[in-house]
Amino acid sequence: MKRTVFRSRWLPYVLVLPQVAVTIVFFFWPAAKSLYLSVFKSPPFGGRDIFVGLDNFAVLLTDPGYYASVVNSFVFAGGVTVLSVAGGLVVATLANQKLRGLAIYRTALLWPYGIAPAVAGIIFLFIFHPSYGILPYFLSFVTDYEFNWLLKGWVAMTLVIGATAWTHLGYNIAFFLAGLQAIPTSVMEAASVDGAGPVRKFTGVVVPLISPVTFYLVVVNMVSSFFGSFGVIHAVTQGGPGGATEIMVYKLWKDGFIGLNLGSSAAQSVLLMAVVIGLTMLQFRFAEKKVTY
Amino acid sequence: MTVFMSRALSLVALVGALAVLALPPAAQAKTEIHFWHALSGQLGEALETQAKQFNDSQGEYEVKPLRKGGYAETLTAAIAAYRQKNPPHIVQVFEVGTQTMMLSGAVYPVYELMQQNEIKIDWNDFIKSVVGYYTKDGKLYSMPYNSSTPIFYYNKDAFRKAGLDPEKPPKTWAEVEAYAKKVMGAGAAKCGFSTAWPSWIQVENMHATHDQPFATKDNGFGAVEGVELLINREFGVKHVGRLAEWQKQGVFSYGGRAGTADPKFVNGDCAMYMHSSALIGGFTRGVKFDWGTAELPHWGAPYKKATSIIGGATLWVLKGKPQAEYRGVARFLEYLAKPENQMWWHVNTGYLAISNTAVRNLEQGYHFVKNPKQYTAFAQLTGLPATPPAAMKGGKGAAPKPERVATANSQGLRLGSFVQIRDVIEGELENIFGGKKTAKQGLDDAVAKSNALLKEFAATNK
Repeated sequence: MKRTVFRSRWLPYVLVLPQVAVTIVFFFWPAAKSLYLSVFKSPPFGGRDIFVGLDNFAVLLTDPGYYASVVNSFVFAGGVTVLSVAGGLVVATLANQKLRGLAIYRTALLWPYGIAPAVAGIIFLFIFHPSYGILPYFLSFVTDYEFNWLLKGWVAMTLVIGATAWTHLGYNIAFFLAGLQAIPTSVMEAASVDGAGPVRKFTGVVVPLISPVTFYLVVVNMVSSFFGSFGVIHAVTQGGPGGATEIMVYKLWKDGFIGLNLGSSAAQSVLLMAVVIGLTMLQFRFAEKKVTY
Repeated sequence: MTVFMSRALSLVALVGALAVLALPPAAQAKTEIHFWHALSGQLGEALETQAKQFNDSQGEYEVKPLRKGGYAETLTAAIAAYRQKNPPHIVQVFEVGTQTMMLSGAVYPVYELMQQNEIKIDWNDFIKSVVGYYTKDGKLYSMPYNSSTPIFYYNKDAFRKAGLDPEKPPKTWAEVEAYAKKVMGAGAAKCGFSTAWPSWIQVENMHATHDQPFATKDNGFGAVEGVELLINREFGVKHVGRLAEWQKQGVFSYGGRAGTADPKFVNGDCAMYMHSSALIGGFTRGVKFDWGTAELPHWGAPYKKATSIIGGATLWVLKGKPQAEYRGVARFLEYLAKPENQMWWHVNTGYLAISNTAVRNLEQGYHFVKNPKQYTAFAQLTGLPATPPAAMKGGKGAAPKPERVATANSQGLRLGSFVQIRDVIEGELENIFGGKKTAKQGLDDAVAKSNALLKEFAATNK
């Protein structure tokens, strides 16, 4: 690697300053403020913050409703990650073949990534809503089964997982495509010469060679399902039915901004941060060993 | 996340403030009154027209309405602005935020505002069940603005097809069930009935109209501390239990919270529906079949028939502005309270006119004779007979006898964390309707969770 040498002592600091400033203002400062707020009970309009120590955490950790949201988060993030990473790999493999009009397919495949989560949610709503969705309308001609996720928790969860996985798909495809194209043809040809079929080539050569990409995508999809999936949930289920799709980030928003319970909301954001940091560390510690760079 | 967004909000507020500073001073300095609201579409336009009418009626003050999003977003924005010491003069807050506002220490109570500006309004002329919701110790805290109450809507065409009298809507729940089965049997509709706002209509208003307590301490009017819900008692379990049974039979078809079930009625899937009286205008434009309104169904004896409770929002005046500007706020609220403006608001939005004088004027102008659907809500809120009394048709007959009683259970609800409590109740209703829990289990859980929220609220707002 080429080592860059700066003549001025100050220039490197000046160059990294914007990035550091952005991180401090938009990450460290709010995180510190959350940590601070999480030990207070604070009336909505402010004025008199009451120090309560770890009470906000104690209330959360003894509340079955909070654990339900933690479980929901893991189910949701797990579902989204598996679906969008596996789906992304399959689609990317297909799009990596020599096809007529490949550029058009590739562009089309990346599109969902450009759709804002809230918009994706609205699209799914118009397709699946039991009252005005287009799919239940057509289904009602063939079957009496009511696709009612307004009352069935697992259907609602499947729906938001599907919608979120779809928004992640384009991103994953882009990375997998890049990964697949970086695999040297010589390696693939060598495998063919050794008599490997398409399946064997895929599992024995492709999968290990793109494992750094897969690992990166698993971490990113996981983190973004935990933090960034607010829009889809808010647009489609609002955490319902009966809290079945209330994931941690949705609950903390609802308790803070609808319920105006800032202390609990801050405590929840601290816990969410801890969960995600812990999860990412675990992934780096264990899963990364299986990654071939 | 939390802090992140409040930062973003304050940034927006800051940019907004700078933009205002950068503007050149107006040619003739009118005092600006900032009014943050949550109404959109036709309702928002009516609000802006009303503000403009006020601005044109005098030369000293200019009310500037600004829509900040839905009710929850508007309240959050006002809180953020108040914390940054730059609040709007007036903010529109939904009825479930009443207790939060009353205890916030951030409001300038309307009665005090009027007193200090020597403006006299006869609050006794206002419909009791409306002002009562926002009154503490006999003093009015916020200005009732857009009020409505849930009523019963039914598809007259479907009734005809099923051989039912389209002019005789069901009065009891037993009739609702019987009519629903008839309508479904005749193939006139796929489901019997649906409901909007599950907690507001099926739990809050059902308790009120049957004179059943919703919470201890007079539904929370009596105290902040020690308030507990009572919806898991005999009446609540019975009503919700029947809804769950009907859901299985298709008599009732759950369609989600707020107004998401609207298409079930509008498309003709369900023959009957319960929703806010403020939907009359929307249905008049959007519904293709012949429909009518009626009062909410009742379970009959042994329960009393009591008045229903309101929903909607009121205008709260926030502290932190120069005293002189509050005179303009008081003048604006006085303007809104005038009978002619009440009538204008009712006719243009479908929200209730809330002064008795305005209602009387509407009667004498035959408004209710021409628009009988608009009368249902007034009847249900005041206890007057469901059909417009003869006196209204120009005659001077004896005052009609109320058919509903107004009791401590029907005066309204005053609960802290009410937004979350509604969310909890609706979540458990979904568990019950979905068959995951029995009515008793679900309501017990709703009560336990709500009581924890109430306790937390009392501790924070000591």
